[in-house]
Amino acid sequence: MAVKPRIKLDKKEAKKGDLVEVKALVSHIMETGQRKDANGNLIPRKILNKFVCTVAGKQVFEADFEAAISANPYIQFKFRAETSGPVVLTWTDDDGSTIVGEETISVS
Amino acid sequence: MREGDDMTPKLNRRQALALGVGAVGASMFGIGDALAKNDAEDVIGQFTGGKTPIEGKITLDLPEIAENGNTVPMTIAVESPMTEQSHITDVLVVANGNPRSGVVRFRFTPASGAAEANTRIRLATTQDVIAVAKTNDGAFFRTSKQVKVTIGGCGG
Repeated sequence: MAVKPRIKLDKKEAKKGDLVEVKALVSHIMETGQRKDANGNLIPRKILNKFVCTVAGKQVFEADFEAAISANPYIQFKFRAETSGPVVLTWTDDDGSTIVGEETISVS
Repeated sequence: MREGDDMTPKLNRRQALALGVGAVGASMFGIGDALAKNDAEDVIGQFTGGKTPIEGKITLDLPEIAENGNTVPMTIAVESPMTEQSHITDVLVVANGNPRSGVVRFRFTPASGAAEANTRIRLATTQDVIAVAKTNDGAFFRTSKQVKVTIGGCGG
C-alpha cells in the first residue's frame, strides 16, 4: 500500500540555529480496536503507533501514538536547523509496515 | 368534572413514573461517569516513577468545547531552553474518560529546538486531558484541561 504522506516545511532554506516547523499528514484509518462490525465482532486495532523524524540522519523528534489519535494523523513539530540534509519522516504501522516521506532542508 | 378527576391522578402517576425513570437514569449516568475513569493516573504514576509533578510550565491548548470528538486539535508547548544541559525529553498525554487512557507520548531532543507539538486526538466524552512533561534532569511538570465533547469520538 503506497501511501504518500503530505509534508510541509515552513522554510526550505534556513540559517544555522533557526527553528524549522514541520507539518505532516498521512492517510490511515487508525482503527481503535474498540469498534464492532455489523456482526458484533470487535474490529482489531490497526494504527500507526510510532512516528520518527530524522534530519541529516539525526533523530530530532519522535511520537508514540495510541488509539486516541484521530484517523489520518496530523503531526506538527519543530527542529533546530544545524546541517543541510534530508528530513525523513517515518510512520510505523501495528503490522510492522512503514510509511516514509522525505523533504530536504538546506542550512547556511 | 368526573373525567377530569380521573385524569388528574393518571397524569400524576405518569409524571411520577417519568420522574422516577429520570432519577434512575441520572443516577446511572453518575455511576457511569465514575466508572468511566480509566487508568490515567496509574499511567502517569508509572511515567513519573511515583514522583509528584509540579503544576505548570506546560501550555496545553485544546478547545473548551469540541463539537466532534473524533478530531480535536491539541497543541502542547513546554517552556524550556532545549539545550544539551536543560531540555524536555518526554511529554506524556493521557485522557481520563476514554476507553483507554493513552493518547500520545512525544519524545524531544535538544535538536528539537522547541518542546512543541500539535496533533489531533479522539475524545469519547467530556473529560480531562492531562499532559506531563519530563526534563532531562528528572523533574516533572503537569497541566490538565477539561474538554466538553458534544459528539463522542470512539465511533460506536
